[in-house]
Amino acid sequence: MTGSHLRVAAAGPSSTVQDRGRIGYQRYGVSVAGAADPLLHAAANALVGNPAGEGAVEFTLAGDSLTVEGGPVRLAVAGAAALTVDDEPVPAWTSLRLRDGQTLRIGALREGVRGYWAVEGGFTLAPVLGSVATHARTALGGLTGGALRAGDRLPLCLDTATDRGELMLDPSLLPARGDDLRVVLGPQDDAFTPAGIAAFLEESFTVSHEADRMGYRLNGPAIEHARGFNITSDGIPLGAVQVPGTGRPIVLLADRQTTGGYPKIACVIGPDVAALAQKRPGESVRFRRIAPADARTLHARHRALVASLPSLLRPAGGFALTDSARMLGFNLIGGMVTGWE
Amino acid sequence: MSEIPVSSPPALSPRLLPAGDGALVVELGEGIVPALNAAVHRLDRRIAEAGLPGVVETVPTYRSVLVSFDPALTDPDSLGRALLDLAEGLSEAAPEPQRRWVVPVCFGGAHGEDLDEVARRARLTTAEVVALHCAADYRVYMLGFSPGFAYLGGLPEILHQPRRQNPRMMTPAGSVIQGGAQAAISPTAMPSGWHLLGRTPVRIFDLRRDQPFLLAPGDRVRFVAVPAVEYDRLAARAGLLPDRETVADDAPTDRGAAA
Repeated sequence: MTGSHLRVAAAGPSSTVQDRGRIGYQRYGVSVAGAADPLLHAAANALVGNPAGEGAVEFTLAGDSLTVEGGPVRLAVAGAAALTVDDEPVPAWTSLRLRDGQTLRIGALREGVRGYWAVEGGFTLAPVLGSVATHARTALGGLTGGALRAGDRLPLCLDTATDRGELMLDPSLLPARGDDLRVVLGPQDDAFTPAGIAAFLEESFTVSHEADRMGYRLNGPAIEHARGFNITSDGIPLGAVQVPGTGRPIVLLADRQTTGGYPKIACVIGPDVAALAQKRPGESVRFRRIAPADARTLHARHRALVASLPSLLRPAGGFALTDSARMLGFNLIGGMVTGWE
Repeated sequence: MSEIPVSSPPALSPRLLPAGDGALVVELGEGIVPALNAAVHRLDRRIAEAGLPGVVETVPTYRSVLVSFDPALTDPDSLGRALLDLAEGLSEAAPEPQRRWVVPVCFGGAHGEDLDEVARRARLTTAEVVALHCAADYRVYMLGFSPGFAYLGGLPEILHQPRRQNPRMMTPAGSVIQGGAQAAISPTAMPSGWHLLGRTPVRIFDLRRDQPFLLAPGDRVRFVAVPAVEYDRLAARAGLLPDRETVADDAPTDRGAAA
């Protein structure tokens, strides 16, 4: 019994399997990787009933075309992309049940950089160092250590989709993402002049064309170092804003290297790293300083939002739910939708 | 070359640095100094043993430890206080046992194309360069750059040389290399601007092993020169692990050939 598969009929420009990342191995030089936008990743998983950390595919600018082998299979796409099943338009942000031989085409994103598609039950992939997240630079994780290619066959955990109604998520319930990136100064803010810090916090920057899952290089005013731009190499946290000799900041994302020798003026908080990862070249951002205690509050609020995603789901297309427990859940959660961010 | 004084404990000045919404840095000092780095690894062990709530992982480096935490389980203030408490008295702490790996290396020739050039620049014979590398007691200052890549401190000063002007696009896995004041073993085939001295049949990164990473931060490494036939014999053995010794960590190791 070979089980059900999704065959990649056509691959997007850069589609990789991601989960929450490879935790616990940075001390050995292994990058964390994981979803660049954990909120949308979790949304795609929630739509098909998966836990937030299940492996799902992050696509970049445009998605993949997927043909079901076996099934039926339940899929969902989080992201502003046009979708078709066998050339008939279908909605994003909605779970879909596809039969053997049907093909889902995920088109270009109308906004943002990264969308996600998840399949009910997830993929049968062997974790590498505790994670299925793909880190293409070191060829770890995913199906082959790299991006999906046409002809790849992704093995699925479930042979057949479970018997339940389809669900949808109204993306307007997710927090709006502005241009402000909230930062905590440090660890090496003392490596910059007061004028350098002022330029960093008061001026506007634009996303350059050198922007990928590893880091976003920004254009804008040069940030002045106090005494050279080399430090003794140390660990790099998520969202670190390192400033090399050019004075142009680079914000480091999920695929960042574990250590580096440029001073880090500040760190962008996790929820806003995800927002940055959705910005395209030419879009502008500003850094806004917050206190570490506020960073913790915002982090907790974001975590609660991710945890609450299943409660934000609604039956799709007026579908009558058969699962009374789920129905009860919706009713109970009804009043809790507002208030995030 | 004058010998670097190593007996006096480093003057540690632990300080806490913010690192976003899910991490803190404990910095113990500045620079690439054996005694300072030894204190970093002592602190890293203490953090692991303390089992502080909310700590997700740590990244010990030359002079600091990056501590990732789960903000849902701890707050940076109380975690920071606990970390500073652990950083007290590090330089006076009793020596703890360390692992030292004895790594077979075939130096020179096809296994180490830059050995002659390194010797010429240092005004030494190739045999002297090999003897210096084998006498050095290397310390794993930190891992970074790529999975399993260990920065080895303790390269004898007479061998310190700038990196190659022209980096190689590919060096094979197991290459024993030196760059600036440090040495390393390449975990996988990779581009490198460091000088290629030799090659070991030992894989320091192998996902097929239970413990994929041979070298951990704070470990020690000693090289043993082997001829090409011995290299070939060892290379034919799957899952080869080098010999392991247990040594005390009280002797910072930048004395190089003086050891």
